[in-house]
Amino acid sequence: MSSNAHDHDEERPWFLAHHFDTVGQQMSSAKLGMWLFACTELLMFSGLFLAYFILRKMYPEMLLTASEELNKTLGGLNTIVLLFSSYTMALGVRAAQTNNKKALERNLIITIVCAFIFLIVKYFEYSAKIHHGLLPGDLFAAAEHGYHLPKYSKVFYGLYFTMTGLHGVHVVVGIGVLTWILIRARRSEFSSQNYVAVENAGIYWHIVDLVWIFLFPLLYLVK
Amino acid sequence: MSDDKNHEAVEPSYLTAKKGLMSWLITVDHKRIGLMYLAATMFFFLVAGLLAIALRTELFTGQQDFMSAQTYNKVFTLHGAIMVFLFIIPSVPAAMGNFVLPLMLGAKDVAFPKLNLLSFYIYCIAAIMLVMTLLLGSLDTGWTFYTPYSKSTGSAVIMATMGAFVAGFSSILTGLNFVVTVHKMRAPGMTWNRMPLMIWALYATALIQIMATPVLAITLFLLIIERTLNIGIFDPAMGGDPVLYQHFFWFYSHPAVYIMILPGFGIISEIITVHSRKHIFGYRAIAMSSVAIAVISFIVWGHHMFVSGQSELAGVVFSFLTFAVAVPTAIKVFSWVATLYGGSIRYTTPMWYGLVFLWTFTIGGLTGVYLGTLSVDVHLHETYFVVAHFHYVMVGGTVVAFLGGLYHWWPKFFGRMYNETAGKISALLVFIGFNMTFLTQFFLGHQGMPRRYYAYLPEYEVMHQVSTIGSWILALGLFTVLGTLVMALKNGERAPANPWKAVSLEWQTASPPIEHNFHMTPRVTGSPYDFPEIDKSAGAHH
Repeated sequence: MSSNAHDHDEERPWFLAHHFDTVGQQMSSAKLGMWLFACTELLMFSGLFLAYFILRKMYPEMLLTASEELNKTLGGLNTIVLLFSSYTMALGVRAAQTNNKKALERNLIITIVCAFIFLIVKYFEYSAKIHHGLLPGDLFAAAEHGYHLPKYSKVFYGLYFTMTGLHGVHVVVGIGVLTWILIRARRSEFSSQNYVAVENAGIYWHIVDLVWIFLFPLLYLVK
Repeated sequence: MSDDKNHEAVEPSYLTAKKGLMSWLITVDHKRIGLMYLAATMFFFLVAGLLAIALRTELFTGQQDFMSAQTYNKVFTLHGAIMVFLFIIPSVPAAMGNFVLPLMLGAKDVAFPKLNLLSFYIYCIAAIMLVMTLLLGSLDTGWTFYTPYSKSTGSAVIMATMGAFVAGFSSILTGLNFVVTVHKMRAPGMTWNRMPLMIWALYATALIQIMATPVLAITLFLLIIERTLNIGIFDPAMGGDPVLYQHFFWFYSHPAVYIMILPGFGIISEIITVHSRKHIFGYRAIAMSSVAIAVISFIVWGHHMFVSGQSELAGVVFSFLTFAVAVPTAIKVFSWVATLYGGSIRYTTPMWYGLVFLWTFTIGGLTGVYLGTLSVDVHLHETYFVVAHFHYVMVGGTVVAFLGGLYHWWPKFFGRMYNETAGKISALLVFIGFNMTFLTQFFLGHQGMPRRYYAYLPEYEVMHQVSTIGSWILALGLFTVLGTLVMALKNGERAPANPWKAVSLEWQTASPPIEHNFHMTPRVTGSPYDFPEIDKSAGAHH
């Protein structure tokens, strides 16, 4: 007995791609693919975290003093903003699953706004650092601005800008992805049968949040 | 398994279903994407191969002939970088795997066809970047881009590392696609234990691609930042650690060695069993050893750094773990030999390559154990012994398996048979040329000839000359392969659907297959290695 390959097109929902047999197969494939992608993201950041820990082990005093110059208030504010946006993202996925188009659009917009707030706060943080010469490598000019930081502090700032910069790029990409999902939501593409794209965008956004949850205490708080 | 011969004449093949250049450039058909990868990887194999011949020719005498020291450095760097990133890594999985994986699973395509096409174009961008370093002309770090030298030498390093960085994304996307395809797209009845061993090998490879490549990405990213912003993380002058770069690099690049060889194991598992008409010996052992190799590959990277200043304890542990890789690898080799034993061996061209593989790969594997031995490695490190070892694994292993796979699946790719005599001559030339080139290098290395030098002392001259002549014979063999396969396209006999009387699903559809692979989704009821002859005999085993 064999199931049929590519007849019965009239029974297939419009969003089911030609090479899948069922909607369930398509959805679980997309989700598995997204989780694997999430793994690659975490592994990529893990390299930076490892570099951080090695730097910390080599120069614990330097790291302690240099990290004191980071703005804990703004970092904390950004943490709250991102955590809140993860919450609205989760609500958005739920709204898609329950055919609530209005709530889906509203939650996506709030999430995108939060992402912009995060970037704006980051902009103020970065400008302060640039203003005080707390910069990576050759650009490091803290001494001229009256700071007395230990030797090799510029390596810490190099790592700070690399880690938060790469994370920031992910936030920018996230804004793009969420905007694309919002446009599709406006076109009423999603339903309780077809919401996997929303869910995958959500997984991506949670990864962005998750990385920050580790970046913030390690760079700003840990003594 | 379902049989759909009665439809065969009706529907056009994937090659003729759509016409025109655009139908290829925007195709999402895994078979066409596989062939585009095949053409691209073969092209870069040719480019990097010609660079290798230039290197060997320069080494024919101990003095400078036609390359300066600096040119020699650039040529061996490009040879290595192109071979690794543009040929070996994508050759079997992305080119051949793309074609056969969905067919072997009984699927209509990979799980994400558009992502598959995207990964091909990302590969093309990476290729352009790496080739552009030729024009920028100052890449002389070797393919490993070790710091701190890679920080101070010419500016082409940025372009080259960006090329490798981008190639990594292509590799990750292919791996991700394959893992999801294997999990979600298997035909009804295709249980994990009924999957062909090629699938198991590609699956294990894909896992490594997903888990190791991101670390390479971040390593190269840090190197680019290091060069542009001078952040100092790898620079001892600024308080950074150059050995950290080596840890990062080999954390990817050692598993990457298995990205290169595991798919080759898969091909050999298919060839040996199909062409000896015998059920594979130790199916589960071979399948599980692929996964075991993938796991162990992540914890042996330190054996590249025995003399780099890691702790003695780390050296001992890495040495022990390296020996552990030999166990699953040996399980495979013994199982292949046991499959041959008592089999009804057909000396087809793929089988010849399979036998060449058993010989050359075993030498490559065993010399790996020498180099994994701490004290021996201190003597042999940075000599031709290392060069010979990895060429025995990469060329004697992967490339030979790749060539065998080309002959094995060529009838399926294009629906044409090749000339057996020419195929066998190519296998013989490759075998002789390869062993002449690299067996001598074991002796050279043991006598102390260091790698990466364009000139050498007179006492090494005879062996270098044997090696160079061997490389010319190897090149002749590879051009014979090219000629045989191209001639097959031009005027080869029409291939039947199943010329080897194999049981796995890719042979149960037309040669070349129709656009959607199968008329009816096949239903699998047994092992891919239950050959009809065996079913009839009373002593069938498994």
